[in-house]
Amino acid sequence: MYRYDDIDGDMLADRAAEFREQCRRRLAGEITEDQFKPLRLMNGLYLQLHAYMLRIAIPYGTLNGAQLRALAHVARTWDKGYGHFTTRTNLQLHWIKLRDAPDILDELAKVGLHAIQTSGNCIRNLTADPHAGATADEVDDPRIWAEAIRQWSTFHPEFSFLPRKFKIAVTAARKDRAAIRVYDIGLRLHRGEAGELSFEVLVGGGLGRTPYLGSTIRRGLPARHLLSYLQAILRVFNRHGRRDNLWKARIKVLVATLGAEEFARQVEAEWEASDKAAVDLPDTELARIRAAFAPTGFVTLPPVSAAFEAAKAADSRFARFARHNIKPHKRPGYAIVDVSLKAPGETPGDCSADQMDLVADLAERFSLGEARVAYEQNLILPHVKLGDVPDVYRALAGAGLATPNIGLISDIIACPGLDYCALANARAIPIAQAIARRFADPALAERIGELKIKISGCVNACGHHHVGHIGILGVDKKGEEFYQLTLGGSADDAASLGAVLGPALPADRVAPAIDQMVEVYLRERRGPERFLDTYRRTGLAPFKEAVYADAHQVA
Amino acid sequence: MPTLIRWRDGVASAAEDPFSRIDDDQAVPPGDVIVSLTRFHAEGDRLLGQRRQVGVRVAAAEAVESLAYDLPRLAVVALDFPKFRDGRPFSAARVLRERFAFAGEVRAVGDVFVEQARFMIRCGFDAFEPADATAPEQWTAAGGRFRHVYQRAADDRVPAFAHRGEA
Repeated sequence: MYRYDDIDGDMLADRAAEFREQCRRRLAGEITEDQFKPLRLMNGLYLQLHAYMLRIAIPYGTLNGAQLRALAHVARTWDKGYGHFTTRTNLQLHWIKLRDAPDILDELAKVGLHAIQTSGNCIRNLTADPHAGATADEVDDPRIWAEAIRQWSTFHPEFSFLPRKFKIAVTAARKDRAAIRVYDIGLRLHRGEAGELSFEVLVGGGLGRTPYLGSTIRRGLPARHLLSYLQAILRVFNRHGRRDNLWKARIKVLVATLGAEEFARQVEAEWEASDKAAVDLPDTELARIRAAFAPTGFVTLPPVSAAFEAAKAADSRFARFARHNIKPHKRPGYAIVDVSLKAPGETPGDCSADQMDLVADLAERFSLGEARVAYEQNLILPHVKLGDVPDVYRALAGAGLATPNIGLISDIIACPGLDYCALANARAIPIAQAIARRFADPALAERIGELKIKISGCVNACGHHHVGHIGILGVDKKGEEFYQLTLGGSADDAASLGAVLGPALPADRVAPAIDQMVEVYLRERRGPERFLDTYRRTGLAPFKEAVYADAHQVA
Repeated sequence: MPTLIRWRDGVASAAEDPFSRIDDDQAVPPGDVIVSLTRFHAEGDRLLGQRRQVGVRVAAAEAVESLAYDLPRLAVVALDFPKFRDGRPFSAARVLRERFAFAGEVRAVGDVFVEQARFMIRCGFDAFEPADATAPEQWTAAGGRFRHVYQRAADDRVPAFAHRGEA
């Protein structure tokens, strides 16, 4: 994986010093809170309900052992001993003191971590396919391009005060594990017949109050021109995006207002007028970054491991883990191992400092030093030998990290909600916990199969509810928490936005409603249909009927 | 008159401002003036013919492209920040410097905040009217905090990737 060189290190040190000075000026009253706010946000520091929250960037979701241990150390020293992995593959610490923030940044900088541009109206931390470099399904390692964008977008002089936040996701695989259609810019890498790399550029996706799926504005963009093309998109947005209304300031509104075709025309005109060679990286720099991601340390293994097969035969719980938490690797004899942060009763995405240390150890012992964060709020050990998987499983199970539920009904995405967040209308975590408890029986969860539940505590949609097979949105009704259910959303290749099921439900009716809908699905499904497939065939009607039947009787 | 800060060769210093800023409903006095874009489009040729230096104040929503053919005759383009968080003038400055090779002064006016100094300088601003009377030393410090940059912009700083290429 990419390791920061002296220049990258200097950048972090200079940024930490700058932020220390900005904090000093704020605490001394030399600048107002109004002036300080965008400065601290650009460093990932939010003022939340109870304290400051620090959002630490994990660029393209890739971590090494030392970095994970540093996160554990920070969580232990300056927070309550745990952190929260988010849908943008960042780590949030929710109990931070402003005066400690500069020290924390210094500590993170020692291992090449930072909180740069994890908030604010700038180009945010990049996300990429969490299986990058491990899946056979990709045409290139998307992190090479994500790292190029990370550097280009860091402290970008022109694009640090955009109309609104700006998020970019990159994938190089056929299967979309990075939700690129719900990003401001989604990038998909293709390889042509002669081996040449090109990008498909999607713009204007986003969730929030008005969700949109991104539109393709360019196919076949030669990969070497990626940065100059991004500059053109960002310049059109920076100059023409709305700044009069917070809710209409995202690029999705500009694209929808102009139409994707007209937006694309303006971008092409800007791009043609720009000095591409000044912006695009030279081949030498791309080669330097590429070399940093080159696979090292793999050994030649037979495709089948006797130890792995024996462990499956001997232990039905391990066999279940193997069915749900292991994905095929591009190298024979290796596996991608999912580490579930969704144990029943726990907060989705939360991870204790001890758990982080354990995953760091496992990454170093069994996964060529790497761990990943997936936007579904789980961790991944990307390069584990099949024969080592039983050992990894035992270690994970001992720490509550081996719940065999990846992609299943209890693998729920939830934002921090009203338990932490000043923006939320309703709690998300207790709803997730109630559902997970209801479906805690792993055999039942397995029988139900793939079912993605996503919960947001407000319309900002940090929990991606619009693209949940079942989406749950917290709303405030005269001071009471209610929840609006949507069905049929999806963030993958066949992306779609969910449809509203019916009137919002009180908190104690949400988990029973999920139960009722699952029953409908189990009754209606044909053959290998997933919940989403059945819904797409039957439509809302049978689900709505089941959930609101009681209401009809009352009426 | 607001303090004027000039940026030259990595150092900020206080400067006399020879320009008077003229409102649209105000008669144009003798001497060097900065007028609005609207007024410049109406009276620019006359003003430029009067042996004086002329600058144009461009609002964030206005397109600097409309000055393209006049730029060689202009001494100053003043880009207005209606709020310091409004980033449109950063793009306008780069277009002036990089697309039109404007060699005159690009001045930041309006809600001009010293903590944005490094961004403004990189986009081609070389004069500032700070909204909060910050001193030149603060501008020098804020403009020089970073030893490296990751991307080319309107200044002459060499990006990290070019330095790496030399190694």
